[in-house]
Amino acid sequence: MHFKYLTPNTIPQAMALLARHKTRATVMAGGTDLVVKMRSRAIDPAYVVDLSNIPGLDFIDFNPRDGLNIGALASIRALETSTLVGKQYPVLQSAAHQLASPAIRNMATLGGNLCNASPSADMAPGLIALAAKARIAGPEGETFMPLEEFFSGPGKTALKAGQVLVGIQVPASQASMQAVYLKHARSSIELAVVGVAAGVILDSDGRSCKDVRIVLGAVAPTPMRARKAEAALLGKKLDDKAIVEAAEIAAGEARPISDVRASADYRTEMVRVFTGRALRVAAGIAS
Amino acid sequence: MKQRVTLNINGTEEEVYAEPWWSLAQVLREEFGLGGTKIACNTGDCGACTVLLDGKAVRSCLILAVKAQGRKVVTIEGLRGKDGGLHPLQQAFMEHFAVQCGYCTPGMILTAKSLLDENPAPTEEEVREGMSGNLCRCTGYAKIVEAVMAASARMRGEHR
Ligand SMILES: Cc1cc2nc3c(=O)[nH]c(=O)nc-3n(C[C@H](O)[C@H](O)[C@H](O)COP(=O)(O)OP(=O)(O)OC[C@H]3O[C@@H](n4cnc5c(N)ncnc54)[C@H](O)[C@@H]3O)c2cc1C
Ligand code: FES
Ligand code: FES
Repeated sequence: MHFKYLTPNTIPQAMALLARHKTRATVMAGGTDLVVKMRSRAIDPAYVVDLSNIPGLDFIDFNPRDGLNIGALASIRALETSTLVGKQYPVLQSAAHQLASPAIRNMATLGGNLCNASPSADMAPGLIALAAKARIAGPEGETFMPLEEFFSGPGKTALKAGQVLVGIQVPASQASMQAVYLKHARSSIELAVVGVAAGVILDSDGRSCKDVRIVLGAVAPTPMRARKAEAALLGKKLDDKAIVEAAEIAAGEARPISDVRASADYRTEMVRVFTGRALRVAAGIAS
Repeated sequence: MKQRVTLNINGTEEEVYAEPWWSLAQVLREEFGLGGTKIACNTGDCGACTVLLDGKAVRSCLILAVKAQGRKVVTIEGLRGKDGGLHPLQQAFMEHFAVQCGYCTPGMILTAKSLLDENPAPTEEEVREGMSGNLCRCTGYAKIVEAVMAASARMRGEHR
């Protein structure tokens, strides 16, 4: 490690630094991923641009028009302990609670978890289930992008040179979605072997599926929606039979690899098991 | 190039010149001689380097010293009871034999401090959960959990 440490106080200052130093600069938020990567020499930037001195990027707020707005620098711990998040979008509170250990959650930020773009990032599946959008600032101004399009490969995002993630927005309409995130890992402080988020909005009849999202983590180069499984459920009655079928389809859609944590076959089987469980919880069917 | 960093360590305003890539753990140990903060994995996994930053438990091996600019750090050396003697957590760790080699102990105690500050009356399950990021190779954890439960009772004024 050998770098210059820069601490911009505003987003425009941060963007100017990134524009000046281009690929030799790396953004830092909490640093819990970045410091590990620099120490192992996976990356070796000449400039580290720490965003944490920029005020006003760690907010969490909700209004009925825009929905939930979370600043990129909000800590995972803040998401876990926010009563607002717990009440309106409990799936995000639960995902935050399942990410690493309390001391990591105190430093780790939401933006860092997403921009690090690990296929197993615990905050991604729940947010994608909730149809979250990424708020991106860049030299050309601010843009929004569906979070599911934000990831382009392991460690890769759609951010272009000089852009930073400034926040996440969850539409207010999704507050009626019943969503859960289940993380299958060796222990709570381990990375996910498989992560599954399922979100369901039931029709006014309370039985058929008006909207459904199934999002899989750690089983593809990026977090992915199991779209065929979703399609199989849409408009149908959400009963045990439909859920068993959807879970089977989701397992077929996953594209896992074998690594130190699990074999591809095991992951595929766990997608089936955890998709079933997640859908049952979301649908309110006790298993 | 070394950068000037000012920070409050255990209640005293301090100043140090640190390379930007030096970790807070390294600076506490090597520049300030505060060897109670241990470095074991250096990857955030074990908790041996846990200190309090503005009152919250963090991994000092993953925090650049320059990032701690202007903030309050408490290490195990700075933890004290109300009377200036041992903190109830330190006392309970001794009484309950929650220390063997001692390498994990400072991190365990500061993690427990941060936990009890937020939740003064945790259940045993909440203690296990809150301490889950701290590894101990010796004790098997049972005594550590006992010690934290005992300290929390004592700090609430219940004798145990
Ligand atoms: C021991 C340990 C256990 C962990 N366990 C888990 C776990 O269980 N689940 C999990 O999901 N993760 C886990 N992590 C990974 C990590 O803690 C999280 O991903 C965390 O949320 C990263 O946030 P950060 O603020 O620390 O990111 P940083 O390390 O600061 O940044 C991560 C990456 O994102 C980029 N970046 C950060 N913010 C922005 C931004 N606003 N705009 C553009 N780019 C940005 C950085 O350049 C860097 O490449 C673990 C890490 C450790 C060390
Ligand atoms: S030395 Fe920091 S967590 Fe292990
Ligand atoms: S007492 Fe030896 S590591 Fe915990």
